[in-house]
Amino acid sequence: MCGIIGVIDRSKERMDGQAIRSALSMMDERGSGEGAGYVAYGAFPEFADYYAIHVFFDAIHETKAAVDEELSKWGTIVHEEEIPTFEQPNIRKIHTPWRYFFQPDARLMPRSTTPEDDIVMHVVMKVNTSIPGALVYASGKNIAIFKASGWPEEVADFYRIQDYKGYIWLGHNRYPTNTPGWWGGAHPFNLLHWSVVHNGEITSYGTNRRYIESYGYRCSMFTDTEVVAYLFDLLVRRHHLAPELAVRALAPPFWDEIDRMPGREAHLNRAIRLTYGPALMNGPFAIVVANPDAIVGFTDRIKLRPLVTGTMGPRLYISSEEAAIRVMEPDVGDIIMPRAGEPVIGRVYT
Amino acid sequence: MTIGSVPVKFRISVDHDQCMLCGRCVENCPYDVFRLENGKIHVNSRKCVACHRCIAMCPRDAINIRERPVDYRSHPVWTTEVREAIYNQARTGKIILAGMGNAKPYPVIFDSLVLDACQVTNPSIDPLREPMELRTYLGKKPSRLETREHDGDVEVLTTLSPNLQLETPIMIGHMSYGAISLNAQASIARAVFETGTFMGTGEGGLHQSLYPYQDHMIVQVASGRFGVDINYLERGAAIEIKIGQGAKPGIGGHLPGEKVCEDVSCTRMIPVGSDAISPAPHHDIYSIEDLKQLVRSLKEATEWKKPVFVKIAAVHNSAAIAAGIARSAADAVVIDGFRGGTGAAPRVFRDHVGIPVEAAIASVDAKLRSQGIRNEVSLIASGGIRESADVAKVIALGADAVYIGTAALVAMGCRVCGTCYRGLCPWGIATQRPDLVARLDPEIASRNVANLIHAWTLELSELMGAAGINSIESLRGNRDRLRGYLLDESIMKVLDVKPVGA
Repeated sequence: MCGIIGVIDRSKERMDGQAIRSALSMMDERGSGEGAGYVAYGAFPEFADYYAIHVFFDAIHETKAAVDEELSKWGTIVHEEEIPTFEQPNIRKIHTPWRYFFQPDARLMPRSTTPEDDIVMHVVMKVNTSIPGALVYASGKNIAIFKASGWPEEVADFYRIQDYKGYIWLGHNRYPTNTPGWWGGAHPFNLLHWSVVHNGEITSYGTNRRYIESYGYRCSMFTDTEVVAYLFDLLVRRHHLAPELAVRALAPPFWDEIDRMPGREAHLNRAIRLTYGPALMNGPFAIVVANPDAIVGFTDRIKLRPLVTGTMGPRLYISSEEAAIRVMEPDVGDIIMPRAGEPVIGRVYT
Repeated sequence: MTIGSVPVKFRISVDHDQCMLCGRCVENCPYDVFRLENGKIHVNSRKCVACHRCIAMCPRDAINIRERPVDYRSHPVWTTEVREAIYNQARTGKIILAGMGNAKPYPVIFDSLVLDACQVTNPSIDPLREPMELRTYLGKKPSRLETREHDGDVEVLTTLSPNLQLETPIMIGHMSYGAISLNAQASIARAVFETGTFMGTGEGGLHQSLYPYQDHMIVQVASGRFGVDINYLERGAAIEIKIGQGAKPGIGGHLPGEKVCEDVSCTRMIPVGSDAISPAPHHDIYSIEDLKQLVRSLKEATEWKKPVFVKIAAVHNSAAIAAGIARSAADAVVIDGFRGGTGAAPRVFRDHVGIPVEAAIASVDAKLRSQGIRNEVSLIASGGIRESADVAKVIALGADAVYIGTAALVAMGCRVCGTCYRGLCPWGIATQRPDLVARLDPEIASRNVANLIHAWTLELSELMGAAGINSIESLRGNRDRLRGYLLDESIMKVLDVKPVGA
């Protein structure tokens, strides 16, 4: 099951977290109260130029020093704080959520074209695979993630997301089958500028994970969704594919359809499938991916999970259910159910 | 003191009440087991190889064959096979020849792996209602795609290498004209043509009569270079350099002069009646860079229009060797496991040298991934693929496609008697004797082989659908969908699979 929702204000006007909290709670039927989460883009205007590295610490006095040391090796911690939380009856605070605002030292990754991103990615993989009791769950600039085990409204109140503002919000209401009860298993998943919420199960996970790991990514969250964030990072940031083409690689047209396309288009699609076959995602899914410039919603190639979109002025909504969108925006127009594999993209105005 | 005669391997009995003296057994047995004398069928059981031709042809089911009616005193160490080999070599002082694949009872890893299926959390996909994609492309692939966009039109800047397009990941491996009959090759050629897949020519050249099927032929260049000229290379859809073979890693091949008839001689480009000896190494390949040069030479000769494959036997160090091959211009690496069949191999090699394809594919796939080049090169598994489940499992372990050999011969009638090296195959498959070859009707045999490929393809679709996968590339290397059943921990580590229940 799981319920997902995303919104972008293309004029970059920021919204507080109140509306998405209500929308996600509307879909409690799709969850089980064991995990929920939100991401807000544009949440830290005062630290917008620094990587907002979010960490769950188990026993903070024992583990934090190792993370501090790893970060200091690669750059400067500009500011850090415990993420404010507010006790809720049903949420047991098993981790201490912490955020660092980090400035990597680009000189330390001399051969890279995106040295700062590469340093942060390296640090994330390093911490998550080698420092027990510390899990980096967000690492982008100006991006805040709020997730825990609980119902969406409880998680929202636990972090008081109404106090944060963003021009993009994604939310996820979880019905876990892989790793119940684990905060790290709640969505959204994030790496650098990419955040993902996902309803479904990726049957090709074994193939996708092995492919992405051969590019230096390490899957450490014990669930299939994180590969989506890594695949987008690889295809869009490192391979410079347009987001539409990245979606085409992950949910490509069938060969029969490609065979019927006109020459150039067929060639492009064949090239994508040949090059990125191991990135193809199989199984039932509906996904919304965000980066600072856009959100993208798409489903698997035979649409085994629901996805609807709607627009209102500069805002594009993507959700599992129309009812959830209507909670956020009762007068929403253009409700559309995209076809299988077809991406719906909302970009900020340039 | 002589060794004396050893116990008969097979005892034939004829039910004389049933026998109608039609003489079909006499006609059909090329080993002269049967004779009709004084109104009765007489048998010489000692000559029987259990090819079952007589049983298949007897209209009255009057013939019975029992294996080892009188056996040696049982002993767990000094087995029947061991003792017979010693008697044999004590008499001859020679290397023992054997046919087919590895005959030692090593455990089959495939049989200790089980596949996954969907329940509840993800729906299985019904191949009768939803598209199911088994199309496979073999050849070099770019590591990343460069594109340029102008006015909403996306242009691909990366040049794609030529790939073979298979409608099913099942191909038929290299069995040369010489090792098998022209009728057998023609049957296979028609079958791959019909099912949209490919076959290998083996190191026997390409007979003129098969030119109509050349677009489905992978032409082989092996150490003897038999049948190789520019015409041959240009006719093939792809070229395969054979370094080694799973049934006999590290040694060459030998087609006895008796099998080199007029037609075989023309196709192989050697004199009639001369032995065709393929040396152990290629005499121009003594290191990986020599192989690289040969790959490039073949590509130059064919104007870079054809994929070039390199086939090696699965040996201990396959992973590193394959990684070396992948760095050349080669498009695909074929890994031939120690269960791979052969017309003739020294028994000691067939049974004792090499490793199983399951482990070899798993380690090659892992090595290529660790070097970030897995998707740039294709991986073909062969040697001991017996059924569609083996195909699914080996793809999940990391192969792109498979070659089958013995299974295709069995589809044409082969009973796996393992006597191919004598050239008297009563089924018209592994023989050049015209009367025996004539027994194999390509019209029928090609349909049998095509049926087999079709049936496995259907089963593979069902297995994928049950696993919630509708495209073969999502099964490839997807070891999460396999579990080891009573495999030991060390082999599960090599295979990178979890045990059942985990």
